[in-house]
Order: sequence, then structure tokens, then C-alpha cells
Amino acid sequence: MPLALFAEQVLNGLQFGVMLFLMSAGLTLVFGVMGLINLAHGSLYMIGGFICAAVAAFTGSFLLGLGAALAGAAAAGVLVETLVIRRLYARDHLDQVLATFALILIFSEGTRWVFGSFPLFLDVPDLLSGPVSLPLGIQYPAYRLMIIVVGLLVALGLYLLITRTRLGIRIRAGESDREMIAALGVDIAWLYTIVFALGAALAGLAGALVGAIQSVQIGMGEPVLILAFVVIVIGGIGSVKGALIGAILVGMTDTLGRFLLPQFFATFMENTSATTIGSSLASMLIYILMAGVLIFKPQGLFGGAS
Amino acid sequence: MIKETDLNTAIWLLFLGVPLAAWQMGEIYTITLATKICVLALAGVGLNIALGLGGMVSLGHAAFFGIGGYAMGILASHAQSYAPIMETPFLIEGTKSMPVIWVLAIIMSGIAALAIGALSLRTNGAYFIMITLAFGQMIYFFAISWPAYGGEDGLSIYVRNDFPGLNTLVPIQFFALCFAILTAVIFLSSRLEHSRFGMALQATRQNETRTQAVGLTPYKIRLIAFVISGMICGLAGAVSADLNRFVSPTMLSWHTSGEIMIFVILGGTGRLFAPLVGAAIYIMLEHFLGGVSDYWQIFLGLLLLMVVLFAPGGVIGLLTKREAAHD
Repeated sequence: MPLALFAEQVLNGLQFGVMLFLMSAGLTLVFGVMGLINLAHGSLYMIGGFICAAVAAFTGSFLLGLGAALAGAAAAGVLVETLVIRRLYARDHLDQVLATFALILIFSEGTRWVFGSFPLFLDVPDLLSGPVSLPLGIQYPAYRLMIIVVGLLVALGLYLLITRTRLGIRIRAGESDREMIAALGVDIAWLYTIVFALGAALAGLAGALVGAIQSVQIGMGEPVLILAFVVIVIGGIGSVKGALIGAILVGMTDTLGRFLLPQFFATFMENTSATTIGSSLASMLIYILMAGVLIFKPQGLFGGAS
Repeated sequence: MIKETDLNTAIWLLFLGVPLAAWQMGEIYTITLATKICVLALAGVGLNIALGLGGMVSLGHAAFFGIGGYAMGILASHAQSYAPIMETPFLIEGTKSMPVIWVLAIIMSGIAALAIGALSLRTNGAYFIMITLAFGQMIYFFAISWPAYGGEDGLSIYVRNDFPGLNTLVPIQFFALCFAILTAVIFLSSRLEHSRFGMALQATRQNETRTQAVGLTPYKIRLIAFVISGMICGLAGAVSADLNRFVSPTMLSWHTSGEIMIFVILGGTGRLFAPLVGAAIYIMLEHFLGGVSDYWQIFLGLLLLMVVLFAPGGVIGLLTKREAAHD
């Protein structure tokens, strides 16, 4: 197998993983700080994609679209948090699941109402449309490389935010004891809104970035949402570090599995059935990985005993 | 306030009466709607055992529903094409007989529930929700990518399967069959609720530590309940596939899991007739609002949100004003 092709798949896996991290970071923060399981996180991803596509088509600028997606998703996050989510913190997980499932129905159908059922297309900005040459003679699309860089920068930014800033201290304090920090005079409602909006903005960013590679359509957030759940189950719920490592692990496993498994089966089987079995197995691989992690660490790789 | 048992009797009679009246008036479509409600309610009764009695919030029950559906689809499609399912080491042929299909659907979904439950029940709370969801998606993606039984397109069965002594193609006869199954399963689930096992199951939901202290093993009790619940969903899936004469990966998707859960919640978690009431509301909304607006799911979403935020006992809870048995 040519090395360049393999390296390209590794980069694809990394890009997928980084994108999953943008989704899972918000999900895991919201769970860690507020104890909330949010199924509507995928809707925020979808909103990011739609806003970016609409604004980019209107103004002709991808960057403006990206900015609008960030702001719009954060605004949607604030709105949803203050209207609905806030009432759910004290409820059990069942109520949270149902209410956020209801939000998915409202968001998906609402988006269909506004934008119609047809997918929107978002062009990669001209500056990033070509390939870049990397060492070892690898040609890789500049845009995908940019996603990897943006994702890693966000990871670094989140790390600095959580470990080095006052807001980060409050977030960590909120994770360990919410009554205590409320008693110490931190406005807990405001903190929760900020954290939720932050997670929403990250999801919106992911949706906008991915929108230029795939099409922007209703329901685009749900497959990603479920992968993000797999990521945070593997990484440990509430751990941003776990989300990063879990996301890259899942991204790599999925991409390389789809690439390598059919080839592996082809070494001792005829071609068509090797492709069938290989790709069917590849589509289940990350769930098998998750089951494997659960057998040895039921709380995930970096999850504390909760 | 209305007593819950009186209300249940009234609901049961209403569900028997409306289709019979529709039959007299020749309203075939109403009978089909009622059959659909019965079948979906059956899946809800299955989930209610895990969710209402055991407190296990599973977002993966579509897996069992879909496996039941595919059990029917695979067996009937082989009978339809006269191609045996396998010849070596021994011959297995497809079948068009409903009772045989049901038994196999129950067994297959039970095995799946055992495997998924055994792994998922090692965790709890939010982890359990996400893991059941993820395993459900695993089976969903497998069904999509496995081309032998239609892949993404699903499988069509041309003629409804047979039940001894009935002509299942006549809507009222098929309705009677589905209603009989639903009644039997609701009866069994009420017996289960009040049995020693049911008491133990509810104890694991209310207080795990105390349950252990009296010498029970919560993991084992939950797993058994999870398997029973999955089996009932499998049966519902097989019957539902027969109603539509079609199976597709949509049956396995997590939206289906969410819908089954909505039936239980709209009716009132943990209550015996909740799934029937919930499924009825859901199908009526789909039928009437769907005629008014293509975007009827927005209203479904708003209604669900209102029920969760302001009426945690569901419709039966509102009517009987008794605290819901969920925590």
C-alpha cells in the first residue's frame, strides 16, 4: 500500500476526530458542569451549518458566514438555555432526554420550514480550495488541513480557558460543587448560560466547517451527535481531555477501519464479499471500541467515579 | 378524580369499541389507524417495563423493535422467493406463519437485549442512556451497510403472513389479533408488576443500596427486566412489520427509540395503560395535524415539551391526579 495514501487516510481520521472534538467538548462540559444530557446539541451543529451557508451565500464571504454561525449558534444556545434547559437541571435524566428530544423536533422542523427540504451547498473559500504539499510527497486539501489546525487551536484555547482564567476556575468549581460556589457569591445561573453558549458556539463552528465538505441539510447533526456520545463515553463524561483523546481515537478508528478492513478481508476472500463484510464491520467498529473500553473502564478513560 | 383502574377499563373499551363501530360503518382507514396504535402501544408496553418499573432510560429500544421486524422480513422474504435461508449444515427455510415468526422474533430480540443489556447495565445514569443509544445505532448502521436484505432500501413483503384460523388480510381480523396480543401483554405486564420479581425490580429503581442490603443483585434483576422488555419490543416489531408489509432500517433508527419513549411519557411513565394512551395521542396528532401542516412535528415537539415541563405524570397523571411512579 502506498505510504502517501495511508498518510492521507490518517490525516482524514485526524480531521474527523478534531471535528468530533468540537462537538463533544461542548457536550461534555455541559454534562460536567450542569449534569445535563443534551440531545439537542446536534441541532446547534445544524444551525451553525445553515447560518454559515445562508450568510456566505448572501454576502459571498465564507469568513463572515463562519462568524455568523458562531454568533448565531451561541445566541440559539442562550435562548434555549434560558427558556427551556434552565428548568431541567434539577430534573432526572429522563426528563432531560425527552425535553431535548422535543427540541430536536422543533429545531429540525423549524429549519425545514425556513429553508425548505433541499440541502444547501457551501463552497470552500478560494484561498483554501487547492491542495497543499506536505513532506513525503503527500498532497492534502488545504481546507481539511485548516479544520485540523482550527480544531487543535480550539483544544488549546479551551485548555487555557479552563486552567488559566477566572471563568475556567468557576467552571471547574461548578463541576465539583455547585451549591458551594453559589454560596460563595458566583452567579450560577449566569455561569450555566455562559457554559451552554460556549458549547453551542463550538457545535455551530463544527457544523459550519463541515458544511463546506458535506452538504448542509436537516438532520445533519444527529449522526454526529451520536458519535459525540460515543466519544464522551469513551473519554469519560465531563472530561475535556477525555473528549479530545476519545474524539481522535474514534475519528481514526472509523476512518482507518473503513479504509483498511475491506483490504484486510480481501487478502483471504474474493473481492465483493470482502468489501461487503469489511464495510459492514467498519461501520460497527467504533461501537465495538466503545464496548471494549466499557468492559475495562465502565467510567470511560478519564472519567472520575461519579 | 377518576380511579386509575376505572380509567383503564374505559380506555380498553374505547379501543375495542371505536374500531368495531368503524367496521360497522365501513371506515377501513380508522381500523388501520387503530391497529397501528395497538402495535406501537405494544412496543411502548415493552419499554415501560424497563423505563417505568426498572428506571432504565434506554434510548436503544428501536434495536429490538427493528430486530423483530427484520426477523419477520427475513423469514417471509425467503418463503416468498422459495430460497432457503441456509442449506448447510442443516436446512432452514423461510416461513409465512405468524406464530413461528413471533417466536423467532422474540428469541432474536431477547438475545440482542441480553448482549446489549449485559454491557450497558455495567454503567448507569447518563452513561446508560448514551450507550444504549450507541448500540442501537450500531445495529442501525449494520442494517444499512449489509446489502443481503435490502440495505438502506428495506424489504417489501407482498402478502401479509398467515395466522391459523384467521384471514389476516381483512383489516378487522388483523386488528382483533393485534388487540388480543396487546391485551395479553398488558395483562402479563400487570402480573409482572405485582409479582415478587416486579417488586424487586421497582426496589432497584427506588434504592439500589437497600436492594443490595436485603440480598438481591440489582444487576441481575435489571438485566432480566431489560431482556423481557426487549422481547416485547421484538414482538411489536414483527407485528408492525406485518402491518406495513415492509421493513427498513428506519425501524432501527434512534428516532424510533425516541418515539416509543414519547408514547410512554405522554401517557404517564410507569402506568399500565400509558403506552396505549400515548400511542393513540401520537397517531391522532400525526393524522390530524399532518393533514393541516407538513410541519406537524413542531407541534408534537411543543406538546412534548409542555408535558415534560408542566405535567410529569402524563395524560393519565392529569386525569387521576396521583403522583407518577417515577423518580
